Amino acid sequence: MKDNLYQYLLGIADNSLILGQRMGELCGHGPSLETDIACTNISLDLFGQVRSYYQYAAKIAGDGRTEDDIAMLRKEREYLNVLLVEQPNTDFAYTMARHFLFDVYHLLFLTELKKSKDMTLAAIATKCIKEVRYHQRFSSDWIRRLGDGTEESHNRMQAAINDLWTYTDELFHQTEADKAMVSEGIGVDVTKLKAAYYEKVNTILEESTLSIPESKYFQKGGKMGIHTEHIGFLLAELQYMQRTYPNMEW
Amino acid sequence: MNKAKDILRSSKNSSPSGKVDGALIPILEQVSDPEIPVLSIMDMGVVRSAVFENDVVKVQITPTYSGCPAMDVIGDDIKKALKDAGYKSEVELILSPAWTTDWITPRGRKALEDYGIAAPLGAEADKDVLLHGKRLVKCPQCGSTNTKMVSQFGSTACKAQFQCDDCLEPFDYFKCLK
Ligand SMILES: [Zn+2]
Repeated sequence: MKDNLYQYLLGIADNSLILGQRMGELCGHGPSLETDIACTNISLDLFGQVRSYYQYAAKIAGDGRTEDDIAMLRKEREYLNVLLVEQPNTDFAYTMARHFLFDVYHLLFLTELKKSKDMTLAAIATKCIKEVRYHQRFSSDWIRRLGDGTEESHNRMQAAINDLWTYTDELFHQTEADKAMVSEGIGVDVTKLKAAYYEKVNTILEESTLSIPESKYFQKGGKMGIHTEHIGFLLAELQYMQRTYPNMEW
Repeated sequence: MNKAKDILRSSKNSSPSGKVDGALIPILEQVSDPEIPVLSIMDMGVVRSAVFENDVVKVQITPTYSGCPAMDVIGDDIKKALKDAGYKSEVELILSPAWTTDWITPRGRKALEDYGIAAPLGAEADKDVLLHGKRLVKCPQCGSTNTKMVSQFGSTACKAQFQCDDCLEPFDYFKCLK
């Protein structure tokens, strides 16, 4: 039970940590001042949210590790985020498509997590959901603006959706920890979110003159710690300070 | 990152200003949000409780946003203010019930406006403004509601960037959080 809960918490938190790091990379590099500030604010929200999860995980682990140790000092294969969130910022359409495809899932997930029998998880979800609503508004807005924008922006957004769509099925795969936590009434049965996810994504894409690709092939592995080549570079940057100056504090 | 004591406990108290011992109110009112110095933490509604337990003051605060970088500073400032007043204290960060903009007091709303930040509208009006571009937010400079959103995220996560089309001044709008 204890180990399953710990793994379950990492699964949730790692998604937000890795996505938060990707959004944070836009600091000083956003396409305009407003989007730059928005992306870094979203990044900050996500980092704030993961602190709550990792603090709880540290308490569950009870082996003297802090939230920082858990967030910063694991090896690549020990990160359990889905492949979707680690995909790089190529152009802004890609960055927003990735965020949108995660936001829709995130909101559905937190809505269910609010009902968890675990009071701590329910409290964290209740707090996070208020923030994630704003994130989804922001990314949906960009899907519309770029999808229904110029020919160039439309093509780039559709190309981004086509590429990233292959990473979405993994969101609904259950790990062993998931199954155990669902049976305890603590975890969310992600398999049940798929229909609502598809519907929401489809609605917004249609409004944006975009469509879900018909691909039958999906990538998976992140939830088992098997990642794409991109995560090594991301972790190198994320962990740099902690690895170079062990036990540093701000 | 590891300064916050224990974010995971919850309080049953869901009213704007929680259980605060009368003797502590004037002290806590001197502590402000470092990002909005005119707004005391009492008027912002982040103090959930402050009571004496033996000779120690136990204070519970709740974050406005999960990633609010001001919380660690606020915790330190509370301890310092209480120490200056001769009290030992412990500050605890709690998450539940989650903070809402409804907990900003009327005095807090006025302080925001005087400082140049438009105070949050109700939930429905907030949606109309942020999603449908309705012109309802009052410019804190000239009072006109002929204003438009420039960006959903402003100088901090809790604010959106607006501009007044009458006096042309840009300003922050404190987004409704429910
Ligand atoms: Zn004006």
